[in-house]
Amino acid sequence: MNELLLTVCDLAIGYPHGAQQIRPVLNGVHLQIRRGDRIGIVGESGCGKSTLAQALLGFVRDNGVRMRGSVNYGSEELFGLAPDRLQAIRGADIAFVPQNAGQSLAPHRTVSDQIAEVLTIHRGMTGHVAVQRINALLTQMRFANPTQIASRYPHQLSGGQQQRIALAIALAGEPKLLVLDEPTTGLDVTTQAQLLALIHELSRDTQLATVLVSHDLAVIAQSCQRVLVMYAGSVVEDGEVSHIFRQPSHPYTRGLLAAIPDITQARLPVPLPGQLRHMVDSTQCVFLDRCQFAQPDCAVAPPLIQLTPQQAVRCHHWQTVTQQVDRKYDTTLLPPVAAASAQAPVLQLTALSATYARPTWQWWRPTKTIPVVQQVDLHVQAGQTCALVGESGSGKSTVARVIAGLHPPLHGDITVDGMRLHADVAQRSAPQRQQVQLIFQNPDGSLNPRHTVAEILYRPQAVFFGRTRAQALPHSRDMLQKMRLDDQYLERLPRQLSGGEKQRVAIARAFLADPTVIVCDEIVSALDVSVQAAVLQVLVDMQRIHGTALLFISHDLAVVRAIAQTVAVLFAGQICEHGPAESVMTTPHHPYTIMLLSAVLSVAKPMHSMAASTADPVQAVPAGGCPFRHRCAIAIAQRCADQIPPVQQLANGHQVRCHHPPAVLHAYRQDILHLDM
Amino acid sequence: MMWDIVRRVLTICVTLFVVAAIIFAATEVLPGDVATAILGREAAPKRLAAIRQQLQLDRPASERYWQWLGGFVQGDWGQSLARPDQAIRPLVLERLRNTFWLSLLATCIGVPLAIILGVLAGLRRNQWLDSLVSVISLIGMSLPEFVIGSLLMLVFGVMLAILPAVTIVQADAPLTKLLPSMILPTLTLVIVMVAYILRMIRSSVIDIMQSEYVQMAYLKGVPQRLIIWRYIVPTALLPTINAVGLTVAWLIGGVVVVETVFNFPGIGRLMTSAVSDRDLPLVQALGLIGAFIYIMINVVADVATLWLTPRLRTQFWRPNEET
Repeated sequence: MNELLLTVCDLAIGYPHGAQQIRPVLNGVHLQIRRGDRIGIVGESGCGKSTLAQALLGFVRDNGVRMRGSVNYGSEELFGLAPDRLQAIRGADIAFVPQNAGQSLAPHRTVSDQIAEVLTIHRGMTGHVAVQRINALLTQMRFANPTQIASRYPHQLSGGQQQRIALAIALAGEPKLLVLDEPTTGLDVTTQAQLLALIHELSRDTQLATVLVSHDLAVIAQSCQRVLVMYAGSVVEDGEVSHIFRQPSHPYTRGLLAAIPDITQARLPVPLPGQLRHMVDSTQCVFLDRCQFAQPDCAVAPPLIQLTPQQAVRCHHWQTVTQQVDRKYDTTLLPPVAAASAQAPVLQLTALSATYARPTWQWWRPTKTIPVVQQVDLHVQAGQTCALVGESGSGKSTVARVIAGLHPPLHGDITVDGMRLHADVAQRSAPQRQQVQLIFQNPDGSLNPRHTVAEILYRPQAVFFGRTRAQALPHSRDMLQKMRLDDQYLERLPRQLSGGEKQRVAIARAFLADPTVIVCDEIVSALDVSVQAAVLQVLVDMQRIHGTALLFISHDLAVVRAIAQTVAVLFAGQICEHGPAESVMTTPHHPYTIMLLSAVLSVAKPMHSMAASTADPVQAVPAGGCPFRHRCAIAIAQRCADQIPPVQQLANGHQVRCHHPPAVLHAYRQDILHLDM
Repeated sequence: MMWDIVRRVLTICVTLFVVAAIIFAATEVLPGDVATAILGREAAPKRLAAIRQQLQLDRPASERYWQWLGGFVQGDWGQSLARPDQAIRPLVLERLRNTFWLSLLATCIGVPLAIILGVLAGLRRNQWLDSLVSVISLIGMSLPEFVIGSLLMLVFGVMLAILPAVTIVQADAPLTKLLPSMILPTLTLVIVMVAYILRMIRSSVIDIMQSEYVQMAYLKGVPQRLIIWRYIVPTALLPTINAVGLTVAWLIGGVVVVETVFNFPGIGRLMTSAVSDRDLPLVQALGLIGAFIYIMINVVADVATLWLTPRLRTQFWRPNEET
């Protein structure tokens, strides 16, 4: 067995709640970390996983307190260690990669300053030696031009670049243990795959032990050997990834796995009922109030039972749970794609283009404009969902804003139900505004914090149907019920709701306007998987009842697969592939779609050999020709640079914009994805 | 960046132009006759006529405004009415020198003191030092300058009798002679100024200490001392530069009261005597100079913030452009 690095023993950490009480967020955690271990910690937000991650460095945020237990590094107990000794261990022996690199890098210091600091403090490197080491680290982080990156400030970097800088800072101290707190959350799939490959390489080559905290089971499944599933401050299941994900024995692990949408299945995932509550009574099972297997004896907290050397579970009824037949997917399939000729589309975008004005200091010159959406043609039929996918910066959200009339500079046409809409929402008539509703990613920003739910739901009814508060109430009540929220919610304010509940209120508000089309802009991206499944379920239910057309904008291809009938892939403001979801997801043709799909992680299957893992994903989009050519592995030197690729028609209305004939693209796909379906 | 500065300079010119118009209008186009306003209701008709002629009141106000402003820009600030044969410019410049040294002294002592106390109070939040500093700064903020000034005068000038309570030196005395008389006015200004800036810095420090990058610095093993100097102090001071600028600019207003209390020969006292003497050309000149200084200090603070904040300094330099 490898050398033991860190031992966590019966650790409990709490935060003050009220005057006297301390509420535990971490309760009795045991963990041993050895050299070269790859450990994952998974759970919903608020389960205490970040607190545990920081506690591994002997750190407790704000006014939290260690209630009992210990964290030992070698022979030293980190809690209560002398400050200078603790400083010597942090960053040098145990390093931390934060969740949100954008906020965690000091805004006033350059990249090289921030890396050099660690080199100076922990490795005594200064001057020329430090500069060389910084360059080496940045090269290792796959930056094409390390000296240029080193001189930049954090705000001059993209999200993926910032995260790699945070990793470079952590590695600068040459640690033995690396703690990563949600390192890929908020990144595009391609960037995520690249970062995970990098971390994997490091732990393989240098025997670096890694602890990876994530809410994403697929990320854990791809990069860890062992996983701790946490719920409300307790470890509910602990063991080898291969065992736990194949045969989950805790009801919570099971629920989490069922809630993940699967890219190979066009079915809705199953939501986990209830929501995470803070631990109130530590004498009973933490999962009691959400558990479908609960029995009277669950009032006594179960111990962590070692089932096999590879798996331990905290449940009295693990045998029943393990034997339960897998009820993984919602039995109802999505309605099929309507035949193209069956009915006229309710939303039609024709040659839509939008630009952003760019500030320049040369005020005597005309303002430069950057095209963000170019010649987009798209249509959605009643009762159907069209998904718009792409990386951040591809222009997805701009399309949403243009349809909503919030981004006036526009060429091309938007028609809803055969009627042309004005580019500016202020110029649209009330019925036209009613026809198009928008749901945003962040309900905190889109729900008025001073309005109760009743007031929020009353507004669209007053504006569009002239209802009084009394007239609106039964409608609001009915709609809340469909959202699976009871009447009590009417009197609540947004801050009294959880993230998933807020998003359901936002959905209810959109449907109360009885629109023809709803544009959903990344509406489930900020939610936990279990909550995400519940939100998707109500969305699809409502769509079935009202026959609403949805334009669903998302970067998550598995979610898209679960709810969309058609998919359009957007790159640099252009649609590069478009067609029925089934066809685009199983037989992608455009190299960009293939790259996106190859980067999607799944719990079940190993990671694909990434077509793009060596290229820096952040690259300027070239003008003219094919915008994707710099990242394309099969670009044709002259033709792709000079000529705009033609749109090729494949079967079933599947279109692809590429110079290569379908046969070549087909062979390339086999090469990358090894699809054996 | 260039455009920003050019735009700012243009804004300054327009602002000053408008301010000048308002000052001129307020003193000249007020209801009633300027000559009567200067001399009072019971003035002899002969003297009124003389004043009218001296101020050329028979000409239209707009014409006189342009002439006044044009002269001002060229350095001809006019003649004082209350002080015969006294040109305004040398008078104002001499007093301005005194006020300048007074404000500079107050700023040089007050700003660093406020920074040190504010940072200490923020770092030791809710401990005895923080409570003490907070209570004292609240007192300093709530007491008007003339109360603080009078108290200081009473303690140091009368009871202890170690410092001159009021200034008895001439306005044109060399700086070394003026210095003893400057101590108590400076102290008064410092107390009020420190209270404002300190509270701002304290809350800024508390914000920054809870930021993720300070937390990250702890997790990188950066020693506490370096965290304070490299992370907390620079980023906590940035948002307060504008507040410091405003407070320093406020000194011009505060100085009027303090100078009057201590009989200090600066522009503040000149202003009060000009108003009571109804010396309109002098009031106009002082008003314009005051506005100019106020605007300039704020511009300096703005530009300093712009220059010291990397995100603002490089705002036209976008990511993803040259990699």
